[in-house]
Amino acid sequence: MSDAPVHGLTTRGLNLWYGTFQALLDVNLEIPHGRITSMIGPSGCGKTTLLRCFNRVNERYGYVKTTGEIRILGKNIYDPDVSLIELRKSVGMVFQRPNPLPLSVYENVVFGLRIHEPGGRPGRGELDAAVEKALGEVGLWKDLKDRLQVRATTLQLEQQQKLCIARLLPLKPEVILMDEPCSALDVGGTRAIEDLMFELRGRYTILIVTHNMSQARRASDECVFMLLGRVIEHRRTEDLFLTPSDPRTAEYIEGRYG
Amino acid sequence: MAERRNGMEMVAEKAIELLIRICGISAIVFVFGIFFFVFREGAPALAKIDLGEFLTGGKWIPTSHQPRYGVGALIVGTLSVTAVAMAIAVPFGLGAAVFVSEFCGRRTRETLKIVIELLAAIPSVVWGFIGLSVMSPLLIHGFHVPVGVNLFNGAILLALMSVPIMVSIGEDALKAVPDSYREAALALGATRWQTVWRVLVPAARNGLLAAVLLGVGRAIGETMAVLMATGHSIRIPETLFDPVCTLTATIAAELGETSKGSTHYQVLFLIGVLLFSITFVVNLAADLVVKGIRKR
Repeated sequence: MSDAPVHGLTTRGLNLWYGTFQALLDVNLEIPHGRITSMIGPSGCGKTTLLRCFNRVNERYGYVKTTGEIRILGKNIYDPDVSLIELRKSVGMVFQRPNPLPLSVYENVVFGLRIHEPGGRPGRGELDAAVEKALGEVGLWKDLKDRLQVRATTLQLEQQQKLCIARLLPLKPEVILMDEPCSALDVGGTRAIEDLMFELRGRYTILIVTHNMSQARRASDECVFMLLGRVIEHRRTEDLFLTPSDPRTAEYIEGRYG
Repeated sequence: MAERRNGMEMVAEKAIELLIRICGISAIVFVFGIFFFVFREGAPALAKIDLGEFLTGGKWIPTSHQPRYGVGALIVGTLSVTAVAMAIAVPFGLGAAVFVSEFCGRRTRETLKIVIELLAAIPSVVWGFIGLSVMSPLLIHGFHVPVGVNLFNGAILLALMSVPIMVSIGEDALKAVPDSYREAALALGATRWQTVWRVLVPAARNGLLAAVLLGVGRAIGETMAVLMATGHSIRIPETLFDPVCTLTATIAAELGETSKGSTHYQVLFLIGVLLFSITFVVNLAADLVVKGIRKR
């Protein structure tokens, strides 16, 4: 790497407690912008918890306490002047189970634009254009252009998950967080989502939590291995899988536990 | 030995199954039974009076020498009190359901639910008493009307009585919306109110509609509170503050005064059949609307 990479996300001394249970311990990470970074580790290691810190959706539950800092493109998201609404606009999230809203395909895609339009209403033409662009980028436009008024929850799971990605794009996010986005999908659906991640790579910081080690290996540039709330190792994916530097990483990727 | 025990278990199993089946069917039996007995008492009147005049006639003079049995004004009375009550109760009830389900903390929610259940437990005669002794003077002084027991008084009481049902059914409907919808909306940067208005209400509309219609059913059938608070004066109301009389209140007030088997007595039972039909239509409409929404 010739020039120093721009960091999409950095965390420094991040600790998180659920009540009295500490789920994250002193997490320090630098996630490069424009790449795909995967997070692996056995169940309960804190990878989903960490992911949910980046858009502060963790804080829905009153018993969560966080210390340390998270910077997104240089700005600490725990600063008091940060607006949760603006933060979540620039940090999109894709969930484990596809969760399109119980509205039409069209309304799902323009949902973000509608809620973020202060005062005035976005024009019909603007919305139409945004729908075509977003669905085009996730490869759904051809299939769905005549079915925009169909209820999104009736689509196939793969289409639902693509739609969940498409609805983030009109907000022009910096970061896309994905929480095991393929675990509800079959082989074809998984491949389609992975292909889509490669399409989107470069423009967004993509961070994906996965249970599937081969997916991390196939579909990410860098890989983070977590265990019991700590980051054990963070390197280029290739290096992490070929020459893990920590014995715990080595044992995990060999399948000794997890 | 094992075989005998199996035999015993089989018998017990069958007996319990039968018992449960009877419980299930009994609801149908009761509904038809009630309808049958009410109709049997009222049916002879059909031969003595004109059905058209009964339903649309504005004159209800059952005790005169030339009695007139027109319940038009009573139907208007029932419908107007119910409509005004719903205009008050629907926004309050559904608003409270949204607050309890989405906005308040756990402790506030538990407290509120207990208080709302208490509200539901107040006997209707106590509501009527409140209408007479509290609401009536308030209305007279507040709106400068001559009579405090009127349509508006009754409607407010009915609203207060149907709010608890709407809150608890409405809250259940909102709670039943999968949490993943809330997370999806929040993660896109929606505020809580945007999440409620744009996602939860559309997702829970069947349940919310059911909440409203149960409230309507409660309001149409209520007797004692409206008897005491609406003034019980048989006429078609022209303003919000006119005294009115409802179908239910008429039955309650007059049935004890009639002799069994008289035309008056039979007509009162016919009013019972009419009430039965109105609530049946409301429930059927609710069912059809809910099914229609589901299909779409």
